[in-house]
Amino acid sequence: MPDQRPAATTHGVPIELRKVTKAFPGGGEPAVQELDLDIAAGEIVVLLGPSGCGKTTTMRMINRLIEPTSGDIIINGQNSRDIDPDRLRRHIGYVIQQAGLFPHMTVAANIAQVPKMLGWDRERIAERVDELLTLVGLEPEQFRDTYPRRLSGGQQQRVGVARALAADPPVLLMDEPFGALDPITRERLQDELLRLQDDLAKTIVFVTHDVDEALKIGDRIAIMQRPGHIVQYARPAEILTNPASEYVEQFLGSGSSMRLLRLTKVGDIELDQVPFFPEDRDCADVLREVERDGRGYALITDGMRRPLRWVSTADLEGRTGPAGSAGDPVTGTISHRSTLQDALEALLNADTDILPVEGRRRTYAGALSLSTVQNAIQSIKARERERRLKRSGAG
Amino acid sequence: MTLWEYIEDRWDLIVFETWQHASMVAQCVLVAAVLGVLIGVATYRRPRPSALATAAAGVLFTVPSLAMLGLLIPPLGLGVAPAVTAIVLYALLPIVRNTIVGLRDVDPLLVDAARGIGMSRRRSLLKVELPLAWPVILTGIRVATQLSMGIGAVAAYVSGPGLGEQIFSGLARLGGANALNATLTGTIGVAILALVFDGVFVLIGRLTTPSRRPASGGARA
Repeated sequence: MPDQRPAATTHGVPIELRKVTKAFPGGGEPAVQELDLDIAAGEIVVLLGPSGCGKTTTMRMINRLIEPTSGDIIINGQNSRDIDPDRLRRHIGYVIQQAGLFPHMTVAANIAQVPKMLGWDRERIAERVDELLTLVGLEPEQFRDTYPRRLSGGQQQRVGVARALAADPPVLLMDEPFGALDPITRERLQDELLRLQDDLAKTIVFVTHDVDEALKIGDRIAIMQRPGHIVQYARPAEILTNPASEYVEQFLGSGSSMRLLRLTKVGDIELDQVPFFPEDRDCADVLREVERDGRGYALITDGMRRPLRWVSTADLEGRTGPAGSAGDPVTGTISHRSTLQDALEALLNADTDILPVEGRRRTYAGALSLSTVQNAIQSIKARERERRLKRSGAG
Repeated sequence: MTLWEYIEDRWDLIVFETWQHASMVAQCVLVAAVLGVLIGVATYRRPRPSALATAAAGVLFTVPSLAMLGLLIPPLGLGVAPAVTAIVLYALLPIVRNTIVGLRDVDPLLVDAARGIGMSRRRSLLKVELPLAWPVILTGIRVATQLSMGIGAVAAYVSGPGLGEQIFSGLARLGGANALNATLTGTIGVAILALVFDGVFVLIGRLTTPSRRPASGGARA
């Protein structure tokens, strides 16, 4: 059985673009204009924009598939101009749309290309190929000697990612890698990329025109506008709640409230602070507190503050002794890491109208009901309205 | 004398001429293949030189073979030299054209992938572009071979080697003894050789294009 994780992974390195310009001969206006971009080590930066905005050109300048007309690209402190382009590219993983696998080579041979160029010995390459296939979720025994045309689109792109990771490069460039896949496969590969990235922590530059993909994948998003400049470079939530311009807002399109539901974590909103009591508290004691609170119900937790049971005033009336056995057991919880969308889903499917939220180490952090979510949506909308008013007032 | 008796009578000579013919065609096609692929590789990226190369080879192609051989006599004399030169020149066109077409037909995405993972121009050409263009190039070489078979027979006109000798000697004394037998022997010999060579190309094609074969240990879709 090959090892699940790479033995030692090279983590990402920072990339800086300094006043990078690309003018194509006879192309009139430059495709990329004095672009500055700081990419932090180990982050996924998405270049997002309509076709022709220069996002692909920008990405291709990083591995010098396109030479900048002027400006500097500094990778881990080293100017890319000072590195031989072929050598530079062997240390930058490259993933393109439809994977771009060589059809006359087996899956293993495709993955082995970069290690071969780097002069690895046969045994080490074979080991690495199996390790990578396992990493991207393909059984080595089954896929090693297969030709790419026998694979589905999703499988091909997995091999594409494996090929890019072959020599363990610190940087990965991905040019609309999931663009040609069906929505379900695309979602799954996005999820897996994020899962991989948790372990690998590469610096990834990801080009897409798909807003949802950008919001999901990106640690930061650079929204680009024709011709070749960045209009906003920020984290996804900030781009949604605080678009830098009319253009950004238009490009994001409608449905940004729904997108916020997908982006906002339960831990980030104001939760319903239902009172809670440890299971060894006396029933009469709890009843008094619950009546004072006025909600008419409360949560019983264990010694570690983890939610156990719901109790109402009716459950408690006339009872004595510890409250631990009163009321009904909690049937479902929501993690503070869940998105609001997932939380909404859980609430709609739950037996109770309210669900406890578990924070760190699964301790009780508050409770969520449909009305809590609704309030959160409303406050997001109110913030948005306020911002618009402010902008139209200023403009 | 029947055809069989004629062949039996001259078996050694016919085998020798057949061998000469095959050897001449094989060597000429080999030279043309190397030259043609080199010309194709050198020009396919730029439209003007590649158009020029194809056009030049095309012009050569339109010169009738007898005229070409005749024209080659003053500079090269009689015998092997003009025959080989003519065959190589004719064989160039299909090879150059198919090399250019084959290399141009390689998906640009794959060339981009090759360059993007750090292959040099040369490595990308050798490892990705030429192997992918190979079936088309091979077809060109195959056509060139068939062509050379015929031209090779005509080359006897300039005293070139091969089965053409039988054909021309037969035609020269048409009506005389064994004239028809000689011509038939030469013609049939060339046809058989052509079929054998074609079979060899089918085999080469099978052996050199692994992606056409069903993959071993195939994966489920």
